[in-house]
Order: sequence, then structure tokens, then C-alpha cells
Amino acid sequence: MSFGDVPVLKGITARFERGRTNLIIGRSGAGKTVLLKILVGLLHPVEGKVWYEETPFSELAGRDLRNIRMQVGMLFQGSALFDSMTVEENVRFPLDMFTGMSRGEKADQVNHCLERVNLAGSNKKFPSELSGGMQKRVGIARAIVLNPRYLFCDEPNSGLDPKTAFVIDELIQQITRENDMTTVINTHDMNSVMEIGENIILLYNGALAWQGSREQVMHSDNDILQDFIFASPFLQRLRQAALDKGSR
Amino acid sequence: MGVVSRTFYHFGRWLLLMKQGIHRPEQWNMYARETVRQMYDIGIGSLLIVGLISIFMGAVAGIQFAYQLDDQLVPRWYIGYIVRDLAILESAPTITCLVLAGKVGSNMAAELGGMRQKEHIDAMEIMGVNTPGYLIMPKLVAAVIVIPLLVSVSAFVAMAGGYVATVPTGEVTGPEYTRGLLAFYAPYNVFIMYVKSVVFAFLLTAVSTYQGFFVRTGSIELGKASTRAVVISNILILLADYLIAVIMTA
Repeated sequence: MSFGDVPVLKGITARFERGRTNLIIGRSGAGKTVLLKILVGLLHPVEGKVWYEETPFSELAGRDLRNIRMQVGMLFQGSALFDSMTVEENVRFPLDMFTGMSRGEKADQVNHCLERVNLAGSNKKFPSELSGGMQKRVGIARAIVLNPRYLFCDEPNSGLDPKTAFVIDELIQQITRENDMTTVINTHDMNSVMEIGENIILLYNGALAWQGSREQVMHSDNDILQDFIFASPFLQRLRQAALDKGSR
Repeated sequence: MGVVSRTFYHFGRWLLLMKQGIHRPEQWNMYARETVRQMYDIGIGSLLIVGLISIFMGAVAGIQFAYQLDDQLVPRWYIGYIVRDLAILESAPTITCLVLAGKVGSNMAAELGGMRQKEHIDAMEIMGVNTPGYLIMPKLVAAVIVIPLLVSVSAFVAMAGGYVATVPTGEVTGPEYTRGLLAFYAPYNVFIMYVKSVVFAFLLTAVSTYQGFFVRTGSIELGKASTRAVVISNILILLADYLIAVIMTA
């Protein structure tokens, strides 16, 4: 993938697993967002393909593309909630647009999703009346309202305090397991890596630098990974202490 | 890129956007609801400004023509005739649409640009919504229906404005003004007015939505897109005005 003559992503081959939280990590400018946009079809790769199981997603167009997209949910960094609509209308939007459900069925499905993200009773509020964490949760409710098979999250923790960020991470992981979805999260939050990183890929200068799980992070001798994860002297000391304790 | 190649680039890109937009809606009622919302916003939202501008256009036309008729042999009832034809042929369609390009066009560009910047358009695309179809086509349909109605209102209000400015001030009597309004009436002129208003409505909406849809990040870009929407719409409206005048009155 390149913008003009500048290559942004180079030769990335990765597999994201069903029922697990797959993380794309890397420093700012490493190409995480570009990779995520390619995965959801907002950008087209210059070379290579994106496969959704047996389907060559990056080669689809028209109705075939729309059919796959209806199986995709996405949570945006800024939530991307429609300002002029209430919480209920935001969550109901995909149902209004793509299903022939009755009004009652839609209301049930919206309430179910809002309850799932612990926002029952917030139906009539507008996005501007919600905190950042609540907006993310509404974003999750909207992303899962059509029961998607694939969930993509672009920096779901950005702008949130550590406690709220943890709640969002936990919620995404629970929903992934309950619905057996393939979830891909783009993040540079180290708490997320260590809490929900079941399958992690690290990008460095647009290339794949490392792939593994959170358990493997501690023991990896990949310099790029260690520089990124344990960036501060405090975290380096913490890692050393944990390794020393483990070896005793 | 030079000006000519840039123009062709944008025209081609606009054609592709329109091609994407023309498709079978995912849900007819969602598109219909959006079209009605746009019709309300464009129509009711612009009624006051169109009314105000039109009454002054008619008033100024009446007073200035009365001034030009001083010490002339031309009968005074010509004031009503001139105000009517000026309103129908030029001021109602052209001035109204120039004003609407500023009000409605910049609003459309800013609305779509804001949606692009806040990732609303990306969110809809990922859901599988045909965004050019859902976000642009209802605006085009609404504008092409509502703006000719606004132009009709403008023409009537301009004629009333001419009456208010010239009759109470004694420039012309009421019956004389009315006689002028009814004299030499050519329905073809009304047809020209509607052709102009439909073409101008299409132009201002097409340009403004294109500018908003492809806006880049940053508040400065949003402002520039709104400004470009108004400037380009105005230039195209004036160019189309000239071409329609040449073609339809030849």
C-alpha cells in the first residue's frame, strides 16, 4: 500500500483468528490505521488481497461487497455517532437501513444491544449528552446490532481514563467470545495488549515486525517489540523484575 | 495540474460519484424520509431570506424604472410590466439561486464535510450504505423539486414588492400597475424561469455536495470547501444563465 510514491505498508501477511481478540499494535505512523482501513475496504491495496475466510474481500464490488459489509461492525476512534440522532436512533440505523424488521422487533434488538453495553435507559439521549466512554459503548452497540461476524475497533481506548479503557476492553473481549466473532483491534495502549491481546501483530515502519500472544510478549527477545512495549525505564524495570521472579 | 486538466479531473470524479449514487436504495422509506427532511430544510429554511430579497428586488426595480420613465413618453403602466418580466426572467431564478448557493450550498458542503471529518461517512460505508446514494441523491432530488417552488414565490413577492414601492408613493396608480402586470404576458417566459431554476438547483447542489463529500481533514479545509462550493456554484449559475438565455431566446 502506498500514498503517491511513499510506501506505507510493505509485504504484510497476517491471519486474524475467530473468537479471539486480534490486536494490531505499533507506534504512531507505523501504518496501523491504514492496515485497518484496508481490512474494512475503505482503502484498496496496491498489491495483495484481503480474505474474509473463503471470500476475496478486496476483489468484491456491488452487492457481494455489501453482503460482506453487513457482516462487519466497526467501532471508530471518535465513535462516529450521528450527532443529530438519539442513542436509540444511532443504534437502530443499520436495522432501519438493511432489515425488514417491525418497529417492535427493532426496539427489542436495540434495547438488547444497549443492555449488553450497560446503557439500558439511555435511548433518548443525544451523543453530546454522553461521556467519552459511554459514546464508545453506544458505538459498540451500533457495531453489533446486526450480529456481525467481524468486529473492527480503531483505537477504542483513546481519550479514556485507564479504568474506563479497561471496561471497554473487557466488553469487547466478552462480546467477541459470546458471539464467536473475529475481532481486530488497532491500539497502542499497553494495558490492552497485556489484558486482551490473544493474537498480536506489531507493525514497524509499515512492515510486520512481530506476531504472537500477550504471554509471548514478556519473553520475546525482539528488540522492536521490547522497545515499543516497555518504552519507559519504569516499565523496563518492571519487566526485569517479573522475569527475575519467574526464573527463581 | 493545470486549470484545464484539474477541471477535467474534478468533472470525471464528479461523474463517477453520480454513477455510484444512482442505484436501487437499500430501503426506499429511509431515502424518502431523508428527501423530505432535505425538502423541509431547503424550502422552509430559505423562505424568509428568499422573501426578503425578492421584495427588495421588486421594490428597487419598480422605483428605478419609475425614475427612468420621468419625462418620457413611455406610459407609466410599463412599470408593472417591466417588474414582472424582470422578476420572471432574471431576478427570481438567478438572484434567488445565487443567494441559495450561499445559504443552502455552503450548508450542504459543511454538513457533508463535517460528516466526512467525523468519520460518519466511513461508518456508513462500512455498514454497507451506498453513501453517495443516501447522502447526495436526496439532496439533489429535494433541491430540484423545492427550489423552483421557491423561485415561484420569489417572482410573486418581487411583483408585490414593486407594487408596495411604487403605488403608495404615487409613482403609478394601482390599476395602472396591475395593467402592466397583465400586459404582454408570455407563458414561455415562465417556462424559461422554471428551466433556469431546475438547472441552477441541480448545479448548486451537485457542486456543493461534491465539495463536501471529498473534504480533507481539518477545519480550514472545511471552510475552504464551503467557500469553493459557493464560488464555483455562482460561476456555473451565471454561465448557465447566459447559455439558457442564448439558447431559449434565440
